[in-house]
Amino acid sequence: MLNQREILETLSMIDNQHLDIRTITMGISLRDCAHPDAEICARKMYDKITRYAENLVKTGEDLEKEMGIPIINKRISVTPIAIAAESCETEDYSVFARAMDAAAKQCGVNFIGGFSALVQKGFTIGDRRLINSIPEALATTDFVCSSVNVGSTRAGINMDAVKLMGQIIKKTAHITRDNDGFGCAKLVVFCNAVEDNPFMAGAFHGVGEPECAINVGVSGPGVVYNALKGVKGESFDVVAETIKKTAFKITRMGQLMASEASKRLGAEFGIVDLSLAPTPATGDSVARILEEIGVEVCGTHGTTAALAMLNDAVKKGGVMASSHVGGLSGAFIPVSEDEGMIAAAEKGVLTLDKLEAMTCVCSVGLDMIAVPGDTTAETISAIIADEAAIGMINNKTTAVRIIPAPGKTVGDSIEMGGLLGTAPVMPVHNEGSADFINRGGRIPAPLNSLKN
Amino acid sequence: MNAVITVVGKDKVGIMAGVCVELHKLNVNILDISQTVLHNDIFTMNMLVDISKANVEYDKIVDSLSACGENLGVSIRIQREEIFDAMHKI
Repeated sequence: MLNQREILETLSMIDNQHLDIRTITMGISLRDCAHPDAEICARKMYDKITRYAENLVKTGEDLEKEMGIPIINKRISVTPIAIAAESCETEDYSVFARAMDAAAKQCGVNFIGGFSALVQKGFTIGDRRLINSIPEALATTDFVCSSVNVGSTRAGINMDAVKLMGQIIKKTAHITRDNDGFGCAKLVVFCNAVEDNPFMAGAFHGVGEPECAINVGVSGPGVVYNALKGVKGESFDVVAETIKKTAFKITRMGQLMASEASKRLGAEFGIVDLSLAPTPATGDSVARILEEIGVEVCGTHGTTAALAMLNDAVKKGGVMASSHVGGLSGAFIPVSEDEGMIAAAEKGVLTLDKLEAMTCVCSVGLDMIAVPGDTTAETISAIIADEAAIGMINNKTTAVRIIPAPGKTVGDSIEMGGLLGTAPVMPVHNEGSADFINRGGRIPAPLNSLKN
Repeated sequence: MNAVITVVGKDKVGIMAGVCVELHKLNVNILDISQTVLHNDIFTMNMLVDISKANVEYDKIVDSLSACGENLGVSIRIQREEIFDAMHKI
């Protein structure tokens, strides 16, 4: 029999420390949905998604009840639409976004990812069509998420794509201006995008993935925070060890839920993503963990080192707990989705530059950041280029999800509601980067030796 | 299939009896019980039960037990044993 202390520890994690499964994401291949007629292609996509994911939400709810652990999100990711729809003779790919949206609503999930293109080395016809359709697609759908991979360690950075994405983000903000540019919250620009990411907005079902897979993202900043409260003043050896043990427990739970879910849904068990994913709820914040480790406010000197240690310890603890680890696997630092990050940004301690440094040592990148509405497309492109360079050189995933909030300026904030939270508008440098961005072309792939 | 039932609430006469009667109705077999009263006031009980011969579906067990808890003024929840094993045993 389990001892009482262990049982109560688990219950306390669930009840008081926000332990939950952040997402169960079903990846579905749409590679067999190609058809020259866009309407038929979109219908095939809708039919396939609704057929495979028919029981996703119900299975998730059953598991929640049986295990007594909340599963916050049930989601779907699909083959990048630029690939799945490339044979269609249409310029406007938003028709596929609407088919995805309808399928998501039919299945009862709250996000569907994969309105995506992978252009790290160059554009195909379908890639260009998809990227140009992003603003319309995000404005006319509720649940569709979009991502574009503009660089990789092996290919370098496609600076033409970086330039284009700056313009697309501005355009998306403009046509969703009545909602503070909300469309941009569903759009991620990646370097080294992963194929099995269960987290939105960047999830898509990569070309190397099986027909249908279940990927699970665990959560748990609150649990780590609580565990660290018990080791105040101890050395980093103790801190790292405590985080590892906690991450192990959290991940074991994720592994169990993932394997049960995939068995019941007849899908392959893909991966468990070992990420610490915060929510705007008090006590579920990555920033507060860093502050518990000892920095007064997240963003001050020492933050990067604390985050590096946290990120590494989470992985070390989690990796033994799961049979397959993948996805983004690291601590997330989305500003608007993390109560402590919001507070630190509002104080002016957490800046874009510090966040950029933090992204060197954790997953994923500049995430859910609102900047003034008059930020130029070139400046946004330059922010993307900086972030992509960090990913390219360090052989890791980096991303930018940035919202140039129309009509807003530093001191304002935008409300996105739910898990997306509140984003204080953060200042950007006013000096331009237009000449840099207008060069275009590609930044060559980096050397992988002589690392200094 | 085994499950863990946890009962927490203000101590009073009849909590154990109430829970056991409810489990009997559901045809759920009790395998092990650990019970204590913390600070002379908080009743805490963990039970390991076998639900494979239960006469209703799992979600009905969940509902019956939480209704029973409401009547007794305590919180009762049931979770599959695996979740605790996964977290605390290698």
